[in-house]
Amino acid sequence: MKTWFHQWGSPPHFYERAARWTPWFSVLALVTLAYGLIGGLVLAPMDYQQGQGYRIIFVHVPSAWMSMFIYTTLAIAGGIALIWRMKLAEVYIAAAAPLGASFTFLALLTGSLWGKPMWGTYWVWDARLTSELILLFLYLGVIALYSAIEDKRSAARAASVLALVGVVNIPIIHYSVEWWHTLHQGPTVTKFDKPSIDTAMLLPLLSMALGFTFYFAALALVRMRLGLLQRERYSRWVSDMLNQSQVKS
Amino acid sequence: MNWQEFWAMGGHAFYVWTSFGAVAAVMLANWLLPVLQHRKLLDQLRRQSRRQGGQSR
Repeated sequence: MKTWFHQWGSPPHFYERAARWTPWFSVLALVTLAYGLIGGLVLAPMDYQQGQGYRIIFVHVPSAWMSMFIYTTLAIAGGIALIWRMKLAEVYIAAAAPLGASFTFLALLTGSLWGKPMWGTYWVWDARLTSELILLFLYLGVIALYSAIEDKRSAARAASVLALVGVVNIPIIHYSVEWWHTLHQGPTVTKFDKPSIDTAMLLPLLSMALGFTFYFAALALVRMRLGLLQRERYSRWVSDMLNQSQVKS
Repeated sequence: MNWQEFWAMGGHAFYVWTSFGAVAAVMLANWLLPVLQHRKLLDQLRRQSRRQGGQSR
């Protein structure tokens, strides 16, 4: 376990391994997304209240789940970066934050496009919507903090602190629909009793969520390799790797 | 259901397709940008290392 941890913490090792994992995650993402799209757009029946418009759920809910999931991983990586000074955790924060911000933006955008035909408005200062908007600002704060500080070690430390502090917003987003009964509907999937959604809708929804997760995993690796190469461009392993590839080519 | 009905989405075509389109566009861009950036950076680093005669610093 310790050697495993050590190996994965080593930049050249990670750089090489991550390249091999990315195609697997990409294929899994493509398959689950394809099933989710066909199942969601074509096979699933229409909703008895919302007609065909409810199909936005198949991109809205996975985006919103990802926005919260990725932020939680940022906070965990932030803790690891602060306690153990692990370089890969710092690189992870910089790599994953923009992806999380994208999903948060998409959750807000698709939510507002869903709100217009169903609620009659693109935006309302409802508890769920407001806390999700705060999540977007938290992501932007982490990204800005990391890019504003020249020394990447202190930049990562500052971003980690913000990621950790901001994580209190995650349970607030999750429980917002129960604590404040405003406009956004309650949960239909993450309930302890049976989900109040038809299986023909639930399966593609879960498949889309899986697809988004695999997509994120693949892209987090791609972005971590890029971030690692940027940060370590003058280090020994990078020049060794470049020399080797020149001999081959 | 025929194609026309499918695209019409029961009158919600604008909201549904803008949602799916935006998600597809953002996810595609998030995929392409780092891949292109990575390729560019590798090219740049290779050129630099060739200028130094393949010597590592």
